[in-house]
Amino acid sequence: MSNVSSNQIFAWIERYAAHIAEQKDYLTELDAAIGDGDHGANMHRGLQAVLAKKAELQNTDVGVLLKGVAMTLISTIGGASGALYGTFFLQASTTAEGKTELSSTEFGSLLEKGLAGIVLRGKAALGDKTMIDALQPAIKAYKRSIESGEVREDALSKAVSAAERGLKSTIPLIARKGRASYLGERSAGHPDPGASSSVLLFRSAAETLC
Amino acid sequence: MALPASFSLSFLSILISCSHAILPQDMKKLINLPENVVVESITGFGAAFSNLVKVHTNANYITRADAPAKDKVALVSGGGSGHEPMHGGFVGRGMLDAACPGAVFTSPTPDQMFEATKAVNGGKGVLQIVKNYTGDVLNFEMAADLARAEGIEVEAVVIDDDVAVKDSLWTAGRRGVGTTVLAEKICGAAAEAGHSLKEVVALCHNVNANGRSMGMALTSCTVPHVGKPTFDLPEDEMEIGIGIHGEPGRTRTKLKSADEITEMLLAPIVADLPLRARDEVLLFVNSMGGTPLLELFVVYGKAHEILTKAGIKVARSLVGPYITSLEMAGASITVLKLDNQMTKLWDAPVLTPALRWGV
Repeated sequence: MSNVSSNQIFAWIERYAAHIAEQKDYLTELDAAIGDGDHGANMHRGLQAVLAKKAELQNTDVGVLLKGVAMTLISTIGGASGALYGTFFLQASTTAEGKTELSSTEFGSLLEKGLAGIVLRGKAALGDKTMIDALQPAIKAYKRSIESGEVREDALSKAVSAAERGLKSTIPLIARKGRASYLGERSAGHPDPGASSSVLLFRSAAETLC
Repeated sequence: MALPASFSLSFLSILISCSHAILPQDMKKLINLPENVVVESITGFGAAFSNLVKVHTNANYITRADAPAKDKVALVSGGGSGHEPMHGGFVGRGMLDAACPGAVFTSPTPDQMFEATKAVNGGKGVLQIVKNYTGDVLNFEMAADLARAEGIEVEAVVIDDDVAVKDSLWTAGRRGVGTTVLAEKICGAAAEAGHSLKEVVALCHNVNANGRSMGMALTSCTVPHVGKPTFDLPEDEMEIGIGIHGEPGRTRTKLKSADEITEMLLAPIVADLPLRARDEVLLFVNSMGGTPLLELFVVYGKAHEILTKAGIKVARSLVGPYITSLEMAGASITVLKLDNQMTKLWDAPVLTPALRWGV
């Protein structure tokens, strides 16, 4: 099966920017319920800044591309989401230095490294009602599927389903991290905004990396 | 350049229709475009206080006019905009070396903090004073990583003094509010006096450990790029334990008298510290932005009376809008249990746009 090219990786980010642009008001609404109501607007600002750098980010290796995405998100988003998504792409980029394409297995390692960065930076775990609740099961599902010999298309589709289930699982949870944790029990009954934007990251991957 | 009258008129009408489209009807603010408000504000701030501060709009940070100050620990703080005069107003001799303003109610970014850190590093290390919000903490951590990679010694102290939030290992912890102002003044004085980074860090932890705050809101506030009030608060109600970004507090109740509200804010602080008879304290009554001094002094008077009756000596005071929440009406009370060192450093000269004495 074919590898993931660096142009496909850029297409993934472009698709993610499009999904965020479409969903930004919804994400902001989710955030207004349990956070500070800026998640959609912040992510949109960061990803638009990435798109503005298309000329310099395209036609480089995956490492340089993802590092560029990371630094742009870090310097334009602010808030927790800038640091966390930025860390995800920064750590992911370190697995792809000098590579212009990745095997499906290598792409899985890239995702795992990114997630490890978020866990370390955010000091959060599964069940804290954060983006980790969507990312971790999605990456696990992807890896398991690739390891059992399935094609990347199936692995990514399983990852999306796992991310969506993970997002759903955040609804009854009481937040333990971020501003939502100030609400205590009042944070229950709402989906986590960060987990919601993480689902879109995997939906974008499934649409572009097959 | 002379333009045909018809051209300039139609150009003007385009501008007018644009501004109507951008500013929602229910937002009355002195702004041009919401996305430019922070840069325009710090530019004006820099023009107003050019003798004290320098505003760097390349990466959005504010330094002392004479930065880098040699042979002293540098203090860097920052946070979302909308809390003015915090933090930019506290940049100057005897307080902060740099401040990084983020977007309104959004933490600044690591590249801003990194540039500010490099600009003020005088060789004795840099202390970051960080309010405990996840975004602020994470972004300052990343900036510290970047600065350390360049060989700059960086330490961070996180201020978490808001008793309205239950402190727990299972939450983001207490929010950083009023004690931040006091920590910046006291630690700034220590740095100015030549204390080492290790000493200033220990002092900052000590100030944080002895400071407690609680705030309340009479009205909501409107973030410019959102365009509508952050939360709804009926005319006859108030929110006790509000955060400085409009985060909900402990309870929402019917409006009460100033004396009753003061008691509601002060009691949890006194219990949490805890304060005992013969303790000496600094009493800080702060406006959330919309509440005038006339009312703040009513609150101060009652708080002073309650503490004095309990045998606690109010040795120092601060009253005014210092850590605000845009135009929110409301107030917060901060009590800092003093020791001799803190009192002496509080009294030391300070020369900043928002606080100045002894110079």
